[in-house]
Amino acid sequence: MSAATAGDAPAVAWETVIGLEVHAELRTATKLFCGCRNSFGEEPNTNVCPVCLGLPGSLPVLNKAAVEYAMRIGSALHCGIQASIFHRKNYFYPDMPKDYQISQYDVPINVDGWLELSGGERIGIVRAHLEEDTGKTTHVGGGGRIHEAGYSLVDFNRAGVPLVEIVSAPDIRSSEQARSYVEELRAILVATGASDGKMEEGSLRVDANVSVRPAGSGGFGTRCEIKNMNSLRSLGRAIEYEAARQVAVVQGGGEVVQETRHWDEAAGRTGSMRSKEEAYDYRYFPEPDLVPVDPGEAWISAVASALPPLPASRRAAVAGASGMDASSDAVATVVRLGLDPFVEAVAGGPGSRENVAAIAVRRLANEVAAEIDSVGRLSPASFAALVRMEADGSLTAAQSRTVLKELLASGGEPKEVAGRLGFEAMAAGDLEAVVEEVIAAHPEEWARFLAGEDKLTGFFVGHIKVATEGRANLGAASALLRALRG
Amino acid sequence: MTAAGIAAAVRSGQRTARSVLEEHLGRIAAAEADVHAFNLVLHESARAAADAVDAAVAAGRDPGVLAGVPVALKDNLCTRGVPTTCSSRILDGWTPPYDATVVRRLAAEGAVVVGKTNLDEFAMGSSTENSAFGATRNPHDLGRVPGGSSGGSAAAVAAGFAALALGSDTGGSIRQPAALCGVVGAKPTYGLVSRYGLIAFASSLDQIGPFAGSVADAALLLDAISGPDPLDSTSLRDAPPPASARLGAGVDGLRVGVVAELAAAEGISADVVARTREAADALAAAGAKVDEVSVPAAVYGLSAYYLIAPAEASSNLARYDGVRYGLRERGDPGGAGDITDMYLKTRSRGFGAEVKRRIMLGTYALSAGYYDAYYGKAQRVRTLIIRDFAAAYERFDVLLAPTAPSTAFALGEKTADPITMYLNDVCTIPSNLAGHPAISVPFGCGDDGLPVGVQVLAPALGETVMFQAAAALEAAAPPAHVPVTLGGGASQ
Ligand SMILES: [Zn+2]
Repeated sequence: MSAATAGDAPAVAWETVIGLEVHAELRTATKLFCGCRNSFGEEPNTNVCPVCLGLPGSLPVLNKAAVEYAMRIGSALHCGIQASIFHRKNYFYPDMPKDYQISQYDVPINVDGWLELSGGERIGIVRAHLEEDTGKTTHVGGGGRIHEAGYSLVDFNRAGVPLVEIVSAPDIRSSEQARSYVEELRAILVATGASDGKMEEGSLRVDANVSVRPAGSGGFGTRCEIKNMNSLRSLGRAIEYEAARQVAVVQGGGEVVQETRHWDEAAGRTGSMRSKEEAYDYRYFPEPDLVPVDPGEAWISAVASALPPLPASRRAAVAGASGMDASSDAVATVVRLGLDPFVEAVAGGPGSRENVAAIAVRRLANEVAAEIDSVGRLSPASFAALVRMEADGSLTAAQSRTVLKELLASGGEPKEVAGRLGFEAMAAGDLEAVVEEVIAAHPEEWARFLAGEDKLTGFFVGHIKVATEGRANLGAASALLRALRG
Repeated sequence: MTAAGIAAAVRSGQRTARSVLEEHLGRIAAAEADVHAFNLVLHESARAAADAVDAAVAAGRDPGVLAGVPVALKDNLCTRGVPTTCSSRILDGWTPPYDATVVRRLAAEGAVVVGKTNLDEFAMGSSTENSAFGATRNPHDLGRVPGGSSGGSAAAVAAGFAALALGSDTGGSIRQPAALCGVVGAKPTYGLVSRYGLIAFASSLDQIGPFAGSVADAALLLDAISGPDPLDSTSLRDAPPPASARLGAGVDGLRVGVVAELAAAEGISADVVARTREAADALAAAGAKVDEVSVPAAVYGLSAYYLIAPAEASSNLARYDGVRYGLRERGDPGGAGDITDMYLKTRSRGFGAEVKRRIMLGTYALSAGYYDAYYGKAQRVRTLIIRDFAAAYERFDVLLAPTAPSTAFALGEKTADPITMYLNDVCTIPSNLAGHPAISVPFGCGDDGLPVGVQVLAPALGETVMFQAAAALEAAAPPAHVPVTLGGGASQ
């Protein structure tokens, strides 16, 4: 959403202001407050116990691994990690066993960080706090929503699964940027090992706070919170729709009403879910069944120093090796797909280091990215060998692409595959023989070339390419033609 | 026979646990219909437990320090496979799939659980009249209340139905009924006894504690159940101070402060004030250095308590919604919002009036815009009380105060006026707010001939010196009233 204008009125450019709330399920072995397994896709109500069912008399005990994962996320997002406490967030819902959620409120574990998008922009992180997940309700019969259903079934396997809620500052200005933010955050979560970041399975859930304002204005418009977006695509669509809706409301002389809105994927629009008046009063108060969590300096620095390289620094490394722009799509793709070890593998070989690495990045961002599920067949060593063959002219770009596709499809070594495909580099003598044959067949054109008609280079190269069935290094062929002219 | 005496006799083979149990079941058969101490008497499982103890002794194994001792459990302690009701309709049909930590510890020490005792619904009350299953009566006078909320446990020990009992104390729910029933009742330091399996009323105040016929027996029971528990994050990490360590040590040189604000608080009857003064004199005569001490913030305890406890209760009791267990009233089928209708009907029918009153009070106290003025301010009062107690304990080892404002009152006397009922806890609440231990010891009788209790208060983890002083107080106490169910005379 960049700009919209009203009919006859002077054109007003509108700016969309977006803040995202991302819930990430943590990959701990057990739940946040009990010993039940944290596992997806099992028989309903099999991973449950008195604690996560909220049975009378049961008490929560904090899972240390969840705290560690939350700290990893905070550290990766450049947050301050602090002593924190848990609160109870009180509201009635049938899939919430205690009818309150144990969450963090005004003293969360991670505060005030930032995330760098692959394009280089920084988005502020307000907080990233720990909380427990709810169960899952399935509405049976009727319209699939709670008030329309014949009856509802509740599965408590997910109840008590640890979540980290990451709240961004309202720094995001477009649906593209929102998607880029979620992609980057997902990469960070996966890199830290804290979450598997699967949006479609619900282990990563995104709510968007969206408002609009005249471009350049400093204030904020009234925001709406959009829920129920199950993919990056729906996130983008929902933001586009909602921003356009709000602009239309304001331009129609109305006011945007603060409310929670539900994204309807099939209909492609948002609809009102809960008005501000209907909003819950959560009656937060400190959870008396838990004690404060104070990780202490030693643990905090141990977590920070054990963090693996994160996407932003990996992009910088790939850019540095290849001479490409760190904010380019190709570099972002290589890092996003975890292909940077292949770039590292080509370093140190013969030829211009930057040139070789740049070829590697192009091949990875195109051919390998297109067949990413087959990347297991490609070893860094054979990829490096292939890239060097392309760099030193043993293979043409076209041949290199063909060999790479074959390696991804069936595995093997590039030399052997190239040979099987008849791509063996032609010996210099063989190329000369072909060139002479082509000259002999076109004496008239050769005379004009000798007389200085340079554009005929292409003519001869084309014929050489046909005669060698594409095996000739065309750069070498042109050089040979020029050499024969003297 | 004391609990310690029973355990010694059973462990040495002088008596069988089964014979001890049958003696207690006999008293239950004779008087339970009048007293109604129990929601459930566990004849069969108790006999099986007693026989198991006897088999262990016969096989040369030691069943534990509570071998064959009949124990009653307040019916808000979870017992695996045995209904646990909190004396509420809302838990109709629910049976816990697990034992409370204290229940496991009792079993590990060879105790025999005789039954689940009546209470004010969800431990909210001071008379055990707020029970969905009818009131418990005081064994000393069947026309009077046993106190509450652990009235069933206090009455069970007073009537000889059990040698020991467990209760829970949120604002005085062990000590006040202990005083009214003429038995010993103690609230330990917060965190000394695991709350795992205690159905919560107000989590930051609730503690499980012992009822017994003597200070030594109460110490025996407390030592058996206290100690760290990985299932309760608020349980203390270190080994607890032994309650039994200095029971015979006397009070020579001990510094005892009589809390001025509580010893003469508004509404404390003259006979209770007199017994408290006599208790102080008795300790002085035994060698203690007795003086008056001021704990100024204690007078705000009641107001702070009636914000904090209902606030936590409103959240703790939210889960009784008809979705997963207990009572479920059908929502208007097909009607708009029938899940809300189910909640409303279930909770309207399942909870009694006092529980509803406290849920509403607590919900209000936590509401947006009121939190700071109510819950926040009450927590600050709590801090002040802790500070004032700390100042008092710089000069004194233990403190002395009345337990309840009066002897047992008549059934129905205070049910119409919740505030009068709430005032019963004015002397006991400060210890809960501070998280400190306190014990009520019978000390003579009121003008009506019924038992009076006096409290010994101690700083956090001061159980050893608290029980030491309590034992001295017990030794100096005038003769006690004998329950009518055990052949005692009627009160005047
Ligand atoms: Zn569980």
